[in-house]
Amino acid sequence: MTAGPRRDAWEKVTGRARYAVDMVLPNMAHAAVVRSERAHARIVGIDRAEAEAAPGVIAVVTADDLGDLGRRFGHIVPDHCVLADGKVRYYGEPVAVVVAETPHEAADAAELVWVDYDDLPARTDSAGALASDVLIHEQSYAEPGREFLGVAPTPSADNVAHRNELAWGDAEAALAAAATVVETTATFPFVYGYAMETYNALADWQPGSLHVVSTAQHPLMVRKELARMFSLPLAAVRVEVPYIGGGYGSKSYTKLEPLAAAASWASGRPVKVTTDVEAAMYTTRADGAVVTVRTGFDADARICARDIDIRFDTGAYADNSPLVLTKSINRSFGPYRIPNLRVRGVAAYTNTTPASSYRGFGAPQGALAGELNMDMAAERLGIDPVELRRRNLLAPGETIIDGKRPLDADLVADLDAIVAALDRAAPTRAHAPAHVAENVSAADPASAPAAASVHDAGTGTLRGRAVAVTASDAGASPISTAQVRMHADGSVTLLVSSTEMGQGSRTALAQIVARELHVALDAVAVGQSDTRFTPFEWTTGASRTTTVVGLAVQAACADLWNNLRARAADSAGVPVEDVRVSDGLIHVDGETLTPAEVIRQWFGADAGEVVGVGVIRRDGATAMLPPFWEIGAVGVEVSVDTGTGEVTVEHLVTVGDVGHAVNPDLVKGQDLGAATQGLGIALWEEMVYDGEQLTNPNLVEYRVPRLRDTPRRITSVLAERGDGAGPYGVKGAGEGALNPVPAAVAAAVGRAVGVWPTELPLTPPRVWSLLQQAVDPTR
Amino acid sequence: MTSPAATSTVVRVRVNGHEIESLVPVRLTVAELLRDRLGLTGTKVSCEMQVCGVCTVLVDGDPVSSCTALACDLDGTDVLTVEGLAQGRDLHPVQEAFMAANALQCGFCTPGFIMMAVALLEDHPDAEPDEIREWMDGNLCRCTGYAPIETAVTVAASRLPAATAEDDQ
Repeated sequence: MTAGPRRDAWEKVTGRARYAVDMVLPNMAHAAVVRSERAHARIVGIDRAEAEAAPGVIAVVTADDLGDLGRRFGHIVPDHCVLADGKVRYYGEPVAVVVAETPHEAADAAELVWVDYDDLPARTDSAGALASDVLIHEQSYAEPGREFLGVAPTPSADNVAHRNELAWGDAEAALAAAATVVETTATFPFVYGYAMETYNALADWQPGSLHVVSTAQHPLMVRKELARMFSLPLAAVRVEVPYIGGGYGSKSYTKLEPLAAAASWASGRPVKVTTDVEAAMYTTRADGAVVTVRTGFDADARICARDIDIRFDTGAYADNSPLVLTKSINRSFGPYRIPNLRVRGVAAYTNTTPASSYRGFGAPQGALAGELNMDMAAERLGIDPVELRRRNLLAPGETIIDGKRPLDADLVADLDAIVAALDRAAPTRAHAPAHVAENVSAADPASAPAAASVHDAGTGTLRGRAVAVTASDAGASPISTAQVRMHADGSVTLLVSSTEMGQGSRTALAQIVARELHVALDAVAVGQSDTRFTPFEWTTGASRTTTVVGLAVQAACADLWNNLRARAADSAGVPVEDVRVSDGLIHVDGETLTPAEVIRQWFGADAGEVVGVGVIRRDGATAMLPPFWEIGAVGVEVSVDTGTGEVTVEHLVTVGDVGHAVNPDLVKGQDLGAATQGLGIALWEEMVYDGEQLTNPNLVEYRVPRLRDTPRRITSVLAERGDGAGPYGVKGAGEGALNPVPAAVAAAVGRAVGVWPTELPLTPPRVWSLLQQAVDPTR
Repeated sequence: MTSPAATSTVVRVRVNGHEIESLVPVRLTVAELLRDRLGLTGTKVSCEMQVCGVCTVLVDGDPVSSCTALACDLDGTDVLTVEGLAQGRDLHPVQEAFMAANALQCGFCTPGFIMMAVALLEDHPDAEPDEIREWMDGNLCRCTGYAPIETAVTVAASRLPAATAEDDQ
């Protein structure tokens, strides 16, 4: 059943696994970043003399020192300053880089760079920024004609980074005619991905070439930005990504690489730039959001319209937020039958840490209001919330968004599996979390009851249950290239540029090669994410790797078989049509040969190799976007301590609706990990700005889930119905189990307490306040 | 490259069984000594505030956050890092349990968890699930959701040789 331990397990338990932060180069220097101590200000002057005279200092680099290098980067809108150019736009923005012989010397000298600021009014909230006349960017950097995955921000003379809209039917009229209209507004906090390996990059510039080792999830995207910044051909820029110490989307696209590269260029030395947690929190966060959903129902509790407003707080630079906003719009209304829809989204620039991708990519923000709204509607309509969803969920093959791939999942069956798991009696084992795994088939029988609440006044706890369902247009762009090289002994090297950040791609992709080429798993080596040697890959994100890269690997293996057939035909002097392949063997001219024999025969030596290349683009199985709909389907049961407002997750149920699990352990690992990050957003995590400054830029005050926070009971269900476009019916996992969790927890707490939350995280003070409102609604 | 002698001191320390003598600046952390001077990069650094536990090493058998402990204070001690756990090709039972239970993803927190579990099980090989939960609560993992890690430590507890138990007290 399982494929044995992960391929990287031995390296990782022995401390041998290499991460970017472990890498060194000969004659390497170290950089320290001087960061802004203002949220919004003009830079009047930078006095670097003292720093330059400090021990060990090689160079002090500011925007003025960048010469002909590109000053700004950004894959959608190139608005992002490598170093603050004339003004700073958020507290913590890089203003200068000090390069020195040792990290200590660099850090000491960075304290001696004196920056004079002329303060400007700062806006650290999206509503304030949108209403303000003070522009965070005095000009738009949107480039006409430039688009990224269909997203093309237009120049805007206000603090708007991006606007978008999705509509069909006439939502306004349908809402006016609806039997019941239910409105929900919910606030999604600023959250920080906290990948435990904080951002770092090591750059080695030499005339005509640039080599960067970094924590980037998407090395090819970084290569493109660096090539543009240095006016170098793509081939001259090498981006190498060893194991990544956690990504979760927070390491998507370009982060520290331009800084490190500029420092190397300016100093003539290889330079390493690292961040501590505080600097990492100044590098990227997830978009905060205020989302309002109005849903109209007919007399049968069927949705007749949804009208949704999304306001993102995107921070000082756009980064990937225009795309995140667009995805949030697509994911906000849920996989329901909605005859009339209008979603309007705006992403506002504010004087805060730039926001970008984070696991779930706009889905959790939208689903918080969207799914909470379904629970509030169920209460108003007097219908069980599971039944309300069942009545409105789309069936397999139905359209979610016109022109996109029809729904490739059975959501009602997923919902039934959740309810069955929530209703099942807990295993007798006391407190140790039972990580129950089960497989449901597509024909799993529906089971009865519903989300419920129990008020147990005797013990001072209240209990509540909820389910939530999401569907995400995942997979990003289906552009992927894989290369398989079969050696003279029949073993295989797979080369891909997909990064290994813990999700287990190295293991899952090797399994696909072994299966396609009929070789032992141990005979497959995987080389990953070094743009000098590995082939093109769009990104490692959007849960796409097993599906999209898996298809490229499958195609590469098919190409390899064709090339082996051609070699066998050539050696035997017969037409290629006369060569047959079955069960991993090649039949030619009455002989049965192993692939290794074909290779050795053709080269006439115990030597040589045969290569197969697989290319995936918008064609064939991936002609229609998205490559798959990623499903999030969860149930939670919570208890609330009425004395303290503390929430305990009693039971978490996740359904991994993945089509086919190439490696069930890895899928379950993705689901539990993603759901746990969702619990963090629901209950603890929030970056708090007080005025211009982030007040909790550390892991003491920014609280992430700990071991003792794990749900008392965990049920991980895998739904394998073979309904995906990937190899063997695969669909992606990775984000799905996070997306509905914040909404499900909010609904469960709301049901337990009797007052619907409007804001996350549900910290004890917030829940205590809800408890008071339950007693006295005026509080 | 050199630090003024007045702010440096010589430490003699055993690291994974090897005697080390080094002139270190007094502000050099144990993690910096291990990673930057000795090339023992298995020990990771993350929160730098003794919250996340990824930098945990054992000093005379006790778990210590190497990110905030000073190298100069190591004089005369015995330090064990993740690199020192395996006996040649044979992994420590805790390492084996982490592999078998799939108790890692990105792996960045893994050395710290393993060292913390070793410290617990060396002293309390019969640790109860509640003790394991309390003990391991000082380490953060952002990938796994912890349940597989808890399983790994529980399994390792059941497999550790009884001889270790006799050393207890």
